[in-house]
Amino acid sequence: MLEQLEGSRAVARAVALCRPEVIPAYPISPQTHIVEALSAMVKAEEIAPCEFVNVESEYAAMSVAIGASATGARTYTATASQGLLYMAEALYNASGLGLPIVMTVANRAIGAPINIWNDHSDSMSQRDSGWLQLYVESNQEAVDTHLLAFRLAEELSLPVMVCMDGFILTHAYERIDLPSQEQVDEFLPAYEPRQVLDPDEPVTIGAMVGPEAFTEVKYLAHVKQLQALETIPELSGELGDVLGRQQDGLLRGYRCEEAETIVVALGSVLGTIEDAVDELRDRGVKVGAVGVKAFRPFPLAAVREALAGAARVVVIEKALALGVGGILSENVQTALPHGAARVHTVIAGLGGRPITTASLVGLLEDAFEERLEQMSFLDLNVELVERELERTRATRRSGPPAENMLRDIGTVAAGPV
Amino acid sequence: MASRPIKFYQVGSHAAGNRLLDPELSSVQADPNRSNSITKGHRACQGCGEALGARYALDAAMRATSGQLIAANATGCLEVFSTPYPESSWQMPWLHSLFANAPSVATGIAAALKVKGRSDVRVIGQGGDGGTVDIGMACLSGMFERNDDVLYICYDNEAYMNTGVQRSGSTPPAARTMTTQAVGAEPGNVFGQGKDMARIAMAHDIPYVATATIADLRDVEAKVERAMELHGARYLHILVTCPLGWSCAAADSIKVARLAKETGLFPVFEAELGHVSAVSKIRRRRPVEEYLKLQGRYSHLFKPNRREDVLAHIQAIADRNIERYGLL
Ligand SMILES: Cc1ncc(C[n+]2csc(CCOP(=O)(O)OP(=O)(O)O)c2C)c(N)n1
Ligand code: SF4
Ligand SMILES: [Mg+2]
Repeated sequence: MLEQLEGSRAVARAVALCRPEVIPAYPISPQTHIVEALSAMVKAEEIAPCEFVNVESEYAAMSVAIGASATGARTYTATASQGLLYMAEALYNASGLGLPIVMTVANRAIGAPINIWNDHSDSMSQRDSGWLQLYVESNQEAVDTHLLAFRLAEELSLPVMVCMDGFILTHAYERIDLPSQEQVDEFLPAYEPRQVLDPDEPVTIGAMVGPEAFTEVKYLAHVKQLQALETIPELSGELGDVLGRQQDGLLRGYRCEEAETIVVALGSVLGTIEDAVDELRDRGVKVGAVGVKAFRPFPLAAVREALAGAARVVVIEKALALGVGGILSENVQTALPHGAARVHTVIAGLGGRPITTASLVGLLEDAFEERLEQMSFLDLNVELVERELERTRATRRSGPPAENMLRDIGTVAAGPV
Repeated sequence: MASRPIKFYQVGSHAAGNRLLDPELSSVQADPNRSNSITKGHRACQGCGEALGARYALDAAMRATSGQLIAANATGCLEVFSTPYPESSWQMPWLHSLFANAPSVATGIAAALKVKGRSDVRVIGQGGDGGTVDIGMACLSGMFERNDDVLYICYDNEAYMNTGVQRSGSTPPAARTMTTQAVGAEPGNVFGQGKDMARIAMAHDIPYVATATIADLRDVEAKVERAMELHGARYLHILVTCPLGWSCAAADSIKVARLAKETGLFPVFEAELGHVSAVSKIRRRRPVEEYLKLQGRYSHLFKPNRREDVLAHIQAIADRNIERYGLL
């Protein structure tokens, strides 16, 4: 049914349709609207039977999820940013125990400096946590992907993160086609756990494993992740049939025919990238885009195939591996045969900095004219950076850089404090 | 039958079982059909009070729930010595997740059981003092505040034993640990304010809070049974001797625990809805010195010089407990 919905509410409705049984939650922007909506639905018994547990931290949220999932309940939670980091230890534990928890990450930057706006630093920091990570481009895709996530998680007995851009998607009102309960029930059968805490068949879960078998346990976890490379396209096909809407599997190409340059990215920025591609294609430039949906496991073969014809790959990243550079681009590079294409890393959109079509077109023009460095920052205010560097050179106690720079650009009107 | 006064044939022995007692009144451990929830083969040290306490507590809980019990265990000695890969001592559904989250994991288990309509299955969370009063305290307090249907048991051996005896928030003043060594002008742990988890639990006004020691195992069983009669958040704090960390003889494990109670250093009581409802009186009051002398972790109080000041300070703590709870 078509409805005009806020992204968060649409996700909450999609999660409700998946019949979650336990939802522990802790608030953090921009995830709050999702769990607020779910708490109301549980209280009004629109989701039943279901326990909504108001926990005292994200660490507890994930820990409650671990206990509930291990007891055979379909379990969901949502978080972002600092909250995701706060549950980091439990994230590794959930995946290590093979618990099919589904979690929405409303992608947000990580401080300091504290910043509530969107980038991918949070989920990227947990890319090796053993969770599957699916990035969505639109709110419709967010809705559909939550259905996929529960089925995928339970099929493989692995936890899944659905990563959706904070504010850009979570707070955007769009027309959403919500699936019916019948459609969801057809796609998503009741949860049948692979392992469960049950007094009638007592098992020990979470025993200590030493050097004699730890490598093998981890090897199997890796193999299980890779299995998702087959399961995701299969289930996406099935979901597409049920919903009557095609679903991207591992990734999606946009106007890649004979493209010499291909832009690669994750999440909602793909919409803007596609606009830039259209503009350049209109001018006859052979450029296309690839949106990676499954970041974990990383679809090496599919990426290799999608980029096979390109001489130049420009990776737009909303996260930064400090001291090295790109994260997505490093993964893309792993996919490509040696020397197949020149890969550029472009760090963009950090802490909510808008990524405009004009900036992207300018960036790509630089690339075509061989002016784009191997690694760069989109729309970096070089003058602002230089002024701060000059200050730190001039005085040892030059003050907190973030505050200094805010003053430079006039956000903080006051003089030195 | 239940009203028949129990006649103790071995007066003064403090024996947990009594072979002449009516089987219905005898301890869970005396029952050959006990569940052996934590069974033989684990790797605890000789005389380990934690292994003993857990065995009695869990078998009592198993009997009280007709075997319909699930446990969430924090990281620590109990977890490590009971599950050396690929073996397990647990004959009950048991989950170890992390060091700090056992109360929350237990909450999750309870929530799942509720959704599934399994009101017959009960939940225990458990951990050491470090996992409970320090790193896990936020999760524990959250579980209390929500009044989740969980019995949480803390096995308090007064330090981080599994990592090699470091100080925790439960380590008593003057005690030597690897991070409060017996060196300098004031050897051993500092005299801080302490962290009395049982009273902190009581401040949440939860249905049941109790303390116990492994010196009175029948009492441990009775308190677990009482806890299992109730629903909501319940807390049992058991003092468990650690011969390795306390540097005492394994054979003195029970004796040391008994002296902790008989000196007044460890008050044994029950509280319901935030109010003390019963105390275990001291049978024969002993000076704290008798307790301290058996443990190498306090040896610096006796040699090279006798530290009268420190001994008096510790005695004052015991006296205060005796007064606070009316232990005499
Ligand atoms: C987050 C985290 N920090 C530290 C540790 C290391 N660690 C494991 S067990 C333990 C000590 C446990 O002490 P306690 O809870 O008192 O239990 P005990 O071993 O004394 O029974 C520590 C510090 C850990 N596993 N996880
Ligand atoms: S170190 Fe202490 S608590 Fe740990 S197994 Fe040995 S006696 Fe028990
Ligand atoms: Mg301890």
